[in-house]
Amino acid sequence: MKFSVMVNEGPYTHQAADTAYHFTRAVLDAGHEIFRIFFYHDGVHNGTRLTTPPQDDRHIVDRWSELAHDHDIDLVVCVAAAQRRGILDKEEAKRNGKDGDNIAPGFRISGLGQLIEAGIEADRLVVFGD
Amino acid sequence: MKQIDWSSLVINESGKVVKKFMYVNRHAPHGTIYPLEGLEVVLIGAAFDQDVSMAFIGDGVFQLNKGQDTADSGMKNVAPTYGALGDYEVTKLYVEQESLDERGLELNDLMNLTWEDEEENWAEKPSIRVVSRAQLSDLLEQQDVILNF
Repeated sequence: MKFSVMVNEGPYTHQAADTAYHFTRAVLDAGHEIFRIFFYHDGVHNGTRLTTPPQDDRHIVDRWSELAHDHDIDLVVCVAAAQRRGILDKEEAKRNGKDGDNIAPGFRISGLGQLIEAGIEADRLVVFGD
Repeated sequence: MKQIDWSSLVINESGKVVKKFMYVNRHAPHGTIYPLEGLEVVLIGAAFDQDVSMAFIGDGVFQLNKGQDTADSGMKNVAPTYGALGDYEVTKLYVEQESLDERGLELNDLMNLTWEDEEENWAEKPSIRVVSRAQLSDLLEQQDVILNF
């Protein structure tokens, strides 16, 4: 079965990002496919490489990046939600005259059409967070 | 795992799958960003020619209240956007009766939202459809994709 995942909460404050990650791992372990993971609302904070949690805690952002690398997962951060919250890739930083970018490896910034497409293309769109 | 019943999916003239998308709005306007970012999804989604509807439950019914004014709070007023939904062919706005009752609201308190029916000589029709909790439950059951805001 083909799944899409939507993450609507930032890391650490709520468990949603963790649950979404573990769900994704379970989907892959069971031999199913992940079409896309879409980050919206505060969920875009899952995609900043500047995240620096204490060493004895899980690194939620690195965990996503590794997942994308190991399983070729499409991690998409909503551009409008990201700009409001200060998540930028090189292109967006340049376009908006900012002095740096912070997108984490494996993530890409794109539009809301990617969420609708994820809903159309997948057999199930599973949403995490409020 | 349960198999998908593909027979329930509609295919349009260009051979594309048309799914039933429902956007469920649960938050009061302006207190959180959910109504605003939800509307952004609805407007972008309108370009995908899917079978779209919106539902307003709980404090979400306040989103359709008449006469919203955010000047004093400095929040961006999203209320005018609902008036444009008809032009985006978002014409089914289900409002839960019980949610209205619980908040002392009635249909008259809500904005007069309409859409023009091309098939009936552009007749103006109301977009808001007040439904019972039980009816909304049935509608949710029929959806392929549900997004909560």
